[in-house]
Amino acid sequence: MFELISEMFSYSFLSRAVIVGILVALCAALLGVTLVLKRYSMIGDGLSHVGFGAMSVAIAMNAAPLAVAIPVVVIAAFLLLRLSEKAKLKSDAAIALISTSALATGVIVTSLTSGLNADIYSYMFGSILAMSDGDVYLSLSVALVVLVLYVIFYNKIFAITFDEDFAQATGIKTRFYNVLIATLTALTVVVGMRIMGTMLISGLIIFPALTAMRVCKSFRTVVIFSTVISAVCFFAGMVLSYTLGTPAGASIVATNALAFIIFFVIGKLSAK
Amino acid sequence: MPLVSCKNLTLSYESEVAVQHLCIDIESGDYLCVVGENGTGKSTLIKGILGLMRPKSGEIVYGDVNRKEIGYLPQQSAIQRDFPASVWEVVLSGCIGKHGIFNVTYSKEDKERASKNMKIMGISDLKKRSYRELSGGQQQRVLLARALCATTKLLLLDEPVTGLDPLATAELYSLIKKLNREENITVVMVSHDVSCALHDSNKVLHMGSNGAVLFFGESDEYRESSISARFLRCDCACHGRGEHNHV
Repeated sequence: MFELISEMFSYSFLSRAVIVGILVALCAALLGVTLVLKRYSMIGDGLSHVGFGAMSVAIAMNAAPLAVAIPVVVIAAFLLLRLSEKAKLKSDAAIALISTSALATGVIVTSLTSGLNADIYSYMFGSILAMSDGDVYLSLSVALVVLVLYVIFYNKIFAITFDEDFAQATGIKTRFYNVLIATLTALTVVVGMRIMGTMLISGLIIFPALTAMRVCKSFRTVVIFSTVISAVCFFAGMVLSYTLGTPAGASIVATNALAFIIFFVIGKLSAK
Repeated sequence: MPLVSCKNLTLSYESEVAVQHLCIDIESGDYLCVVGENGTGKSTLIKGILGLMRPKSGEIVYGDVNRKEIGYLPQQSAIQRDFPASVWEVVLSGCIGKHGIFNVTYSKEDKERASKNMKIMGISDLKKRSYRELSGGQQQRVLLARALCATTKLLLLDEPVTGLDPLATAELYSLIKKLNREENITVVMVSHDVSCALHDSNKVLHMGSNGAVLFFGESDEYRESSISARFLRCDCACHGRGEHNHV
């Protein structure tokens, strides 16, 4: 086992992917707790599709993918959040509309210009080879910003997640924090898409939170445990991907799914 | 000067008027019961007083109370019922309003206040329990303790006994009464459960369709009035509560 891991880390692109990926996994888990509890799980999924559309257009125009995708996805995050606030019942349908439209745009633009090539495939299902040096620095700074802001605003994020009306009534600027959470989610999604892929990044956001909620009883333990489980599953997924030669994103989601099932059973058993 | 005064207040959602030309004064020490059928703007009025909604016309004037120092017990949402949080985390979050933007942790005073309010609500022993495992009555007491962390003057309660069994209902009412009489906290309570609610309140606001005011005045007067007759007759779910309460 140790030999395997040290062999993995002898490839610099792999160790780079693991370091960036674990940081992104931590951010996704932190934000995921709030998104899942506020019933915004689908926002992560919607944003990744918008990100795909933006990246495809950027590649077609020979622009830097992340430089185009980040602002577009942040704007989409504002829009999706507004939709969720305004019409609570219809927001899931609205998210589906926006995400499939963005995906369709991306596919059409690509097939008209370069054809569906390896780049597009890697955006769909992720690739650890897709990380350039610039991406690594960007990912590291995004992860750092998310982690620091989450710690600073932890108590407010709890209050808003638990009861937005109450928080607003006591004078918390709930809109500011909602926009902050949406922006951080957008950044995490765009950065995480490179490794996980458009189709799979939302798994990284939703699974750890749901897994932690099977067994944890307080918000603090849910937050801590979901970050731990997220990092562990990410690493295990990478090892799995390396040994079996399976795509990284899919392997990571699979380990997360396995962890969820294990803790679901533990939760059921301990409840008896 | 009244604690809160609504002057010709109109509140509306986009095109739908929820509260119309409302003029009421809430005095310090009052226990005001807001009654009326579904969709008559009772909850909207609460949201207006809390500042969650801007008045369309008219105004709300606050006396010896800051708008941010109002304790609020909202109607429970499905999200909360199964929320993974400890009782302590929930109660403590009532203190958050006093925090500045970069205030990262709760102060010692915050924690003392949370402990004190849990004691008043009789839930000190639930401190470490998970909120989602509690009974409906216990959850309401936790939320009431949280509301007390946000205020020492005015509590707004939106349908606090919905979904509670008769015993838990009676307990919650007597706790609210205690807060009003002993802690001298002004209470505004929205309720369906008219006869029970009237028992403790000193004032009643009865709202009709489109947020029009059918009655506003003393509870005793209301009991005699013709408006209450129809409302009280069909409401016999907890007759006998008065006796139960005095045991």
